[in-house]
Amino acid sequence: MGNKTEKDVQAYRDYVKTKTPVHGLPLNMVKAFLTGGAICTLGEFILNYAEKMGLDKDTSASWCCILLIFLSVLLTGVNLYGRIAKWGGAGALVPITGFANSVAAPAIEYKKEGQVMGIGCKIFTIAGPVILYGIFTSSLLGLLWWIAKEMGVIR
Amino acid sequence: MIQKTMGAQSLAFTEAPCIISSASVVGKKESEGPLGDLFDMAGEDDLFGEKTWEEAESRIQKEACVLALGKAHVGPDQVRYLYGGDLLRQGIATSMGAEELQIPMFGLFGACSTSGEALALASMSAAAGYGEYMLAVTSSHFGTAEKEFRFPLSYASQRPLSAQWTVTGSAAFLVSSRPGPVRIAGVTVGKIVDFGLKDSQNMGACMAPAAADTIARNLEDFGREAQEYDRIITGDLGYVGQSILLDLMRERGIDISGLHLDCGKLIFDQQTQDTHAGGSGCGCAAVTLASYILPKIISGEWRRVLFVPTGALMSTVSYNEGASVPGIAHGIVLEQCPDWKEED
Repeated sequence: MGNKTEKDVQAYRDYVKTKTPVHGLPLNMVKAFLTGGAICTLGEFILNYAEKMGLDKDTSASWCCILLIFLSVLLTGVNLYGRIAKWGGAGALVPITGFANSVAAPAIEYKKEGQVMGIGCKIFTIAGPVILYGIFTSSLLGLLWWIAKEMGVIR
Repeated sequence: MIQKTMGAQSLAFTEAPCIISSASVVGKKESEGPLGDLFDMAGEDDLFGEKTWEEAESRIQKEACVLALGKAHVGPDQVRYLYGGDLLRQGIATSMGAEELQIPMFGLFGACSTSGEALALASMSAAAGYGEYMLAVTSSHFGTAEKEFRFPLSYASQRPLSAQWTVTGSAAFLVSSRPGPVRIAGVTVGKIVDFGLKDSQNMGACMAPAAADTIARNLEDFGREAQEYDRIITGDLGYVGQSILLDLMRERGIDISGLHLDCGKLIFDQQTQDTHAGGSGCGCAAVTLASYILPKIISGEWRRVLFVPTGALMSTVSYNEGASVPGIAHGIVLEQCPDWKEED
């Protein structure tokens, strides 16, 4: 940082903050609620419909996931999912559809770099951390659960 | 000696080289912006008939060079040296773009300030008599830049309001010791200025201190008041960076608010084009200079302009490792040549 002191740096950061516009939180939350809500309602619809068709609960849930992921990947392919997320923010990113988009988008972008070095190596560049730390956290919780069970804290 | 040093960082050419021709090539979004009708060539999509974003960027660089040479009726073989740069790793857009022209070349990197760096070096070597013609070219591309610095294009995310939109475009400038309509009277080579900001999504704020430093240095080195310039035009500070620059200049006791323009603000319509804080990229300042600024100097509407392309110096590795984003800015003094007449 050259000849700048920590205090100068902090003062400039604070000043820049006052100069930088940010998205309005309440409006963004409403939009996210509506978008996320719409995606989850669609999921509920698929779930209920599948159960009504006589499938058991687990199979219905699988169909729900598969269809939502398919829809998200399709919308990513025709360049529409980004627009939904631009409006809906976290409402479009948090459900499974957002995760599907984060895998489909690199696959499309890096296809030109080849099947192995492009798609193969880079498909999880965005989803990778979620997968890694998702599995890591579940393993950790599993371990805690096992210890608690061994110690008789839970049965 | 046909050039002399001024102050700590500047040069004034006693026999100033001229920009004898220029050309700009842009993408679709840029052609729909406020400067849309002024560009020489615009693509119908951002691929320009190529398969990848990278090939497209190289293609527009080559097209810009060929157009600029054509306007001046100069062949590539007459150009002594080419100074070119872009934003990609190892400057690949320039290497692949300039390859076909077979002009001896220097590949440059100065982030979005590269057009200033290229013009400074081209004018220095033309003024020094190292050749009659020098070509300066820079480019950027929304697709290549997003992919390199941020996310794949179809990844769904919300861009912060301080984020800028990388311009898809390239401009080339033919600099010559021959007379022309606009002369490069001097240059102020900028220093790296770091105020410790780490937000790569707020590049305007990262670069504004460098722009302020270079502008103030230029005024001091040349012993000028800001008002001796008809306009002071920065490269891509955008809306956020501009307001910071004006504040920083005021702190130095220099008011440029009536003189200042920013290419990042000029190139897009913030209201209708969803570009948030404005345009950015090596192409932003370059295509605005070629299409908008130079014609105004040629027509005499502006007689002296300080053109200050600004760059945010970072890589994907440096910001992941927590390094700050320093800025750099180069000042190019452009003046109308009132005596110049078109030859044919």
